[in-house]
Amino acid sequence: MNLFRNVVFIAAIAGLVAGVVLACMQAYATVPLIVKAEVYEQAGGGHHHDHAVPAPTDSNAMSTAAPAAEAAPAAEDEGWAPADGFERFAFSVLANIVTGIGFALILVAVSEFAGGIGGWRQGVFWGLAGFAVFTLAPGLGLPPELPAMPAADLTERQIWWWATVAMTAAGLGLIAFRKSLPLAILAVALIVAPHIVGAPQPGSYETAIPEGLHHQFVVAVTVTNLVFWLVLGAVVGVVRGRFTGTATSLRDSFA
Amino acid sequence: MTTASVSLGASVSSQSRFMQLALAALLGVFVMGFVGFSHIDAVHNAAHDYRHSMAFPCH
Repeated sequence: MNLFRNVVFIAAIAGLVAGVVLACMQAYATVPLIVKAEVYEQAGGGHHHDHAVPAPTDSNAMSTAAPAAEAAPAAEDEGWAPADGFERFAFSVLANIVTGIGFALILVAVSEFAGGIGGWRQGVFWGLAGFAVFTLAPGLGLPPELPAMPAADLTERQIWWWATVAMTAAGLGLIAFRKSLPLAILAVALIVAPHIVGAPQPGSYETAIPEGLHHQFVVAVTVTNLVFWLVLGAVVGVVRGRFTGTATSLRDSFA
Repeated sequence: MTTASVSLGASVSSQSRFMQLALAALLGVFVMGFVGFSHIDAVHNAAHDYRHSMAFPCH
């Protein structure tokens, strides 16, 4: 399991670095918008959202003082949730690092099939592909959502998300690594198909969230994810180069 | 293919190579799926801001 161990090692380093970078960007760019949206969610009263916010809630709204450290009263049927402030931030950082390593495992394993990422520059191109597959394509049909926004059934959306990711990845792979026109046409069909089928949409688009806030959030999510993927790809390229001592040129394994 | 198998994971057969890479990718999908897509409430709440920030389908 020599190769497996090397892949995990490279992915762990790259995922850690890119995850920490993403967590820092989120703390400034996306989380403040989520917190703003939660105010609308609270005001709306309709608590169809699973996250337990330890603030004055609809059920016991008498207290306007600082929210208690324990979210327990608001979270009766919603299970455990991290307390606001440091704990919530810490779990976000943890989630970023763990999934950063998950994304890195996929990126390293797939790129090894194609000959491996030879350096930071080649990594940036792989990062662009990852961004297109995991953010851009599913984000067209299911744009980033703020709390309190209407959405279709969760499982249906998750199935559409995974199917779109898989088909976009297959399409890009065919375009990049198969020099055949029919396969390129098939690739375009694969990439377009999920958008023709269409993502599951909510019955009504009515929301208390202002359009401007949502637009700001979509931009913030897309840009932070772009930087995350570029960093992830570049770090994989650098670490792999250090590891093997050989940097294959872009020409050798690309097209 | 040959250059890559020399550089990462020296001297593994192509079948074993495929299995190991597939296993690594599967592990990555599993990790992502658990943190980002699990329906368990506690996991959802812990990674809530992250799920929204990644545009994963949420609640």
